Amino acid sequence: MLIKRTSPLKSSEITPESVYVNRRRFLQGLAGTAALALTEGAAAIPAYDLGKDQPQYPGPDWLQGALRASTRNEAFSSDEKPAPYGNIITHNNFYEFGLGKQDPSRKAQNFKTDPWQVEIAGEVDKPGVYNLEDLLKPHALEERIYRLRCVEAWSMVIPWMGFPLGDLLKRFGPTSRAKYVEFTTLQDPEQMPGQRSFFSTLDWPYVEGLRMDEAMHPLTLIAVGLYGNALPPQNGAPFRLVVPWKYGFKSIKSIVKIRLVEEMPGTTWNRAASGEYGFYANVNPAVDHPRWSQATERRLPSSLFSPNIIDTLPFNGYAEDVASLYSGMDLQQWF
Amino acid sequence: MVLTGIRGSALKPLALWWLVFLLPLLPLAWLFDQAWSMNLGADPAQAIVKFTGLWTLRLLWITLAITPLRRIFHWGWLQRYRRMLGLYTLFYAVVHLLAFATFILGWRPDLLLRELSERPYIVVGSLALLLLIPLGVTSTRGMQRRLGARWVKLHRLVYVIALLAMVHFIWQIRSSFEDQLLYGVILAALLGYRLWVRRRSFKRQSR
Repeated sequence: MLIKRTSPLKSSEITPESVYVNRRRFLQGLAGTAALALTEGAAAIPAYDLGKDQPQYPGPDWLQGALRASTRNEAFSSDEKPAPYGNIITHNNFYEFGLGKQDPSRKAQNFKTDPWQVEIAGEVDKPGVYNLEDLLKPHALEERIYRLRCVEAWSMVIPWMGFPLGDLLKRFGPTSRAKYVEFTTLQDPEQMPGQRSFFSTLDWPYVEGLRMDEAMHPLTLIAVGLYGNALPPQNGAPFRLVVPWKYGFKSIKSIVKIRLVEEMPGTTWNRAASGEYGFYANVNPAVDHPRWSQATERRLPSSLFSPNIIDTLPFNGYAEDVASLYSGMDLQQWF
Repeated sequence: MVLTGIRGSALKPLALWWLVFLLPLLPLAWLFDQAWSMNLGADPAQAIVKFTGLWTLRLLWITLAITPLRRIFHWGWLQRYRRMLGLYTLFYAVVHLLAFATFILGWRPDLLLRELSERPYIVVGSLALLLLIPLGVTSTRGMQRRLGARWVKLHRLVYVIALLAMVHFIWQIRSSFEDQLLYGVILAALLGYRLWVRRRSFKRQSR
C-alpha cells in the first residue's frame, strides 16, 4: 500500500518501527517470498569495523530499523573483499559537488537528505510524489557486495544495502507503453556547488536511464545503505541506483524522479559526449573509450608500489546473469 | 627597488639562486609528505600522476614567462634562472612519466605498449617529453657556445612542446574546462607576446 503525502504525520510516529519491521517479517514469512533471515542464501550482516576516525551516517530514525534488520544476500554477493569504508566514502564522482574525487566528501556533508521525496511519473497506474519513508516501507533491505567499475578505469568492491528496483517499479503498475525508465537527480544549485559552475559541459539535473528489462533485472538495485550504515551524502544519499554490470555513471545518485517512458531517454553523459558515453554503458573490455583503454582496471584501494591492476571482465563479471539481455545487439555500436 | 638591491649586492644573487633552486622542489616535498601520511585517497596513483603533470605545465609556463617579464619590466637578472626552470620542467615531466608507468601501469609491458600507442593524449604527452630531452641535453653553456645560432633554433622547439603539452591537457577534459581555459589563456598570452614582438621588429626592418 502506498501512502501519498496527505498527512503531516509520519507513519513511523504512529507505529513503532520494531513493530512494523516484525510484522513485515511475519507476513513475508507467511507469504514465503522474500529472502529474509530464514531463507537460504541469506546471512547476518557482520558488525563492520568502519574505523574509529571515520564519520558515521546512522541515517534518519525511520531507516535505522530496516538497516539493522537487513541480511546479506549471498547469492548476489561477490566474495571479494570490500574496499575499506574510508575509501568508499572519500573517492567519489558526484560532479554536483565538484570534480575532484574528494570534493563530494568535503562539500556534501551538509546536503539535506531527510525529508526526501521521490516523484513517480509517466507510464504507471499510480503516479505521484511520495515520501521516501513511504516508498521504502514495503521493502526488506538486503546487503549485496557488488563490484563497481568506473568508466575512468578504476573499480571498487562495495557492500550496498537496498532492494531490487524491479520490486519498486512493480508496485506502481507500469503500463504496456513503459519501455524505458528515466531517473533524475536533485537539482539544487544552492546545495550543489558543481551545478553553479560556469565551466561545466554537463546539463543539470543529471539524468540517467535504463531499458525496462534492465530495470527489472534482479541485479539492479536501489541502495539506501552502505557498510551497515545509511548512505553518506557523497555516495548518493538517500536513494540511489546501482547497476553493477554497467559503468558507474549509470548508477545515478540522489534520485528525486523516476519516470517510465516509451522512448529512450536522453542521458546526461550521452548528451555531453555521445561518442564517448553510450546509453547502455555496459562494462566491456573489448570496446575502448575513445581516449583510453577499458581492457584493464585499477582495483582500489591500490597501493603505490604494487598497483592492483586487473583485467576487466565483460559486463564487469556479471555476464552470466545479464549477457542474454543484449543477445543479437552489436555492442560496438550499442556501447 | 628590491631589484636594484639584488643587483647591488654580491650575496643576494646567491641567495636568490638558492631560492629559485629550492622552490620548485617544494611541490615534490609536499607530495612525498602526503603520500607518506596516506593522504592521497583511495587512488594515490592517479593523484600523484595528476599532481606531477600539473606542475610540469606550471614550470613550463613559468619558464616561458621569463622572457616577456624580463623585457617588459627590464628585469635582466631573471635571465639567469631560465635554464634552471627549464630543467625543472624536464625533471617534473620525467617524474610524471615514471609515476604513470610505475603506479598506474605497474610496468606491465603489454599495458605500456598499448597505452603508449593507442591512447592519443598519452602519445602527444610522450612526444612533448621526448622533445624536451634534447633541450635539456644542450642546456649547458658549452653546448650553447658550440651550437651558436643553431642552439637558438633548436630551443624554439619549446613552443611546440608547450602546444603539445596543452593538447595533452585539453584532451583529458571530462566535464569542466576551467583549468584548461586558465592554462590556455596564459599560454596564449606567453606565445602571443612573442608573435607581437616578432611582427613589430619585422615591420621596423622593412620600413
